[in-house]
Amino acid sequence: MKQGRFAWIVPALYILFLMTPIYWLVAMSLKTNVEITTRFTLWPELLTFDNYAKVFGDERWRSVFANSLMYVSLNTVISVAVALPAAYAFSRYRFFGDKHLFFWLLTNRMAPAAVFALPFFQLYSAFGLFDTHIAVALAHCLFNVPLAVWILEGFMSGVPREIDETAYIDGHSFPSFFVKIFMPLIASGIGVAAFFCFMFSWVEYLIADALARSAVMPITTRLQALSQASGTDWGVLAAAGTLTLIPGAIVIWFVRNYIAKGFALGRV
Amino acid sequence: MLELKDVSRRVDGVDHLVNISMRLEPGALNVLLGPARAGKTSLMRVMAGLDRAGEGAILFNGVDVTGQAVARRNVAMVYQQFINYPGWTVRENIASPLRVKRASREEIEREVGRAAELLRLTPYLERKPLELSGGQQQRVALARAIVKKASLVLLDEPLANLDYKLREELRAELPRLFADAGSVVVYATTEPLEALLLGGNTATMSEGRVTQFGPSGEAYRRPNSLETARTFSDPPLNVLPVENAAQADRYPGARTLAFRAHHLRMERKTAAAHTYTLEVLSSEITGSETYVHLRHGDHRWVMLTHGVHAFEPGSQQTVYVEPDDMMSFQADGRALGHAGKAA
Repeated sequence: MKQGRFAWIVPALYILFLMTPIYWLVAMSLKTNVEITTRFTLWPELLTFDNYAKVFGDERWRSVFANSLMYVSLNTVISVAVALPAAYAFSRYRFFGDKHLFFWLLTNRMAPAAVFALPFFQLYSAFGLFDTHIAVALAHCLFNVPLAVWILEGFMSGVPREIDETAYIDGHSFPSFFVKIFMPLIASGIGVAAFFCFMFSWVEYLIADALARSAVMPITTRLQALSQASGTDWGVLAAAGTLTLIPGAIVIWFVRNYIAKGFALGRV
Repeated sequence: MLELKDVSRRVDGVDHLVNISMRLEPGALNVLLGPARAGKTSLMRVMAGLDRAGEGAILFNGVDVTGQAVARRNVAMVYQQFINYPGWTVRENIASPLRVKRASREEIEREVGRAAELLRLTPYLERKPLELSGGQQQRVALARAIVKKASLVLLDEPLANLDYKLREELRAELPRLFADAGSVVVYATTEPLEALLLGGNTATMSEGRVTQFGPSGEAYRRPNSLETARTFSDPPLNVLPVENAAQADRYPGARTLAFRAHHLRMERKTAAAHTYTLEVLSSEITGSETYVHLRHGDHRWVMLTHGVHAFEPGSQQTVYVEPDDMMSFQADGRALGHAGKAA
């Protein structure tokens, strides 16, 4: 098909539309508070890295970053570890109600997070898990395990069953086959599943906010809290916000090829 | 020796295997011949222990292995699709069964080298299977089966996905590859010609049953039933129902007569030959041979003649069948005694 000469305009406009808020955030983080609050400038007139210095120099900012990274990593590891055997079962075995169960797992994602904030809060308080990393990590599993199972099942079903059988025929035990042969084959799927778990857990605010109030406060909570307070330090907030985007960007950079493969396989 | 005793398997109410009993000896190749869905793969999977027989028993050298897990049986299997471990090199792929057995480094080195030499894979040992051609990939799978020195080797249409030339090459090599290991070798194919070329024994399969099992040439020349004759026939068997008194007199007890495509001739060999004048439906020329499709009542007959001949569709052609070439079958499909030199 012959493309029009101006075919690039629509995607260019769309990308501009998407990039504007991100650019604005980054630009703000490099401005002084005076410039932010008094003038409308497209780029920093007085380029400053003071805001970043303040974030890195502040123990409270450092700890909320660490907290978020901690529970997000925990959640990613747990979700993928739990989803691997589940996805294998769904992809390889037929059992009573397997299709319903698979769908039911996905429906867990249909409820808004706010619905679960209250029961989690009550339940974890009762077990003394309140305000711990593992509390948030476990709560996020409710959403991430089904997602990871769904993604991994797609990748696993792309591996011929005969490879499993050949491994058994060769004499491999199931654990040896699964770890040494099968997991490397679906490495991209594991990468994609981990990516989605990481992203969801990283951006999720409501449950993290409800379960980790003070000792393990997540980054999103602190951003939110400070932007509502009076006498907001806009520049520092923008710097912290920019830094919040970075882990996601790094993860995306590493899994970008796998994601494309995932799309090709009809999942993700 | 592998012995099957009355093995049956049903899946979701559908018969996959029905009362199969056979003894497979090491040395000769055992061919399972039948069309797609005849049960060849099902039978192999049960032999391997990948699937369980619903009924019946499987004995290996007299020991019942019916319920034994596949990893504990000494079997090797090669699939129609080229199945290798994509992440491993050819060397690692071939070494896989030896590593599991915890063979010594020297033994692995030696056995992998020998198998690679035998299958002409030596230059590719450090490559990944997917970087090789289809024929080479299948050779890797065969090499893995060879190094295992399994007592039962199952080859499920291993050449079906290869191109013509490679298939001929590998087919010629196959019988000797497993010859000295003393394994029971089972080979599934849909092609009658392949069964004959491979020699050994052939079990013809149809709808989950083994209709005949014996030396390949014997099963081809003397099918015990119409079903076997049909399975073991390419091009399709020409069938002629016994309808008139003259035929009934000539072939007492027969309800169906049948003969192969190359037994339909354009010249008469003896005075007793059956003579038919039939309408030509179409003809195909394959280099040095011509297939002519003819209409006989409701049946379609195929004649295979040597040389290139032109046949006009719609024209009439007189053809002959020698009585000696005629196979005759009873109402239940079982073969009647018929001329022995029917090949």
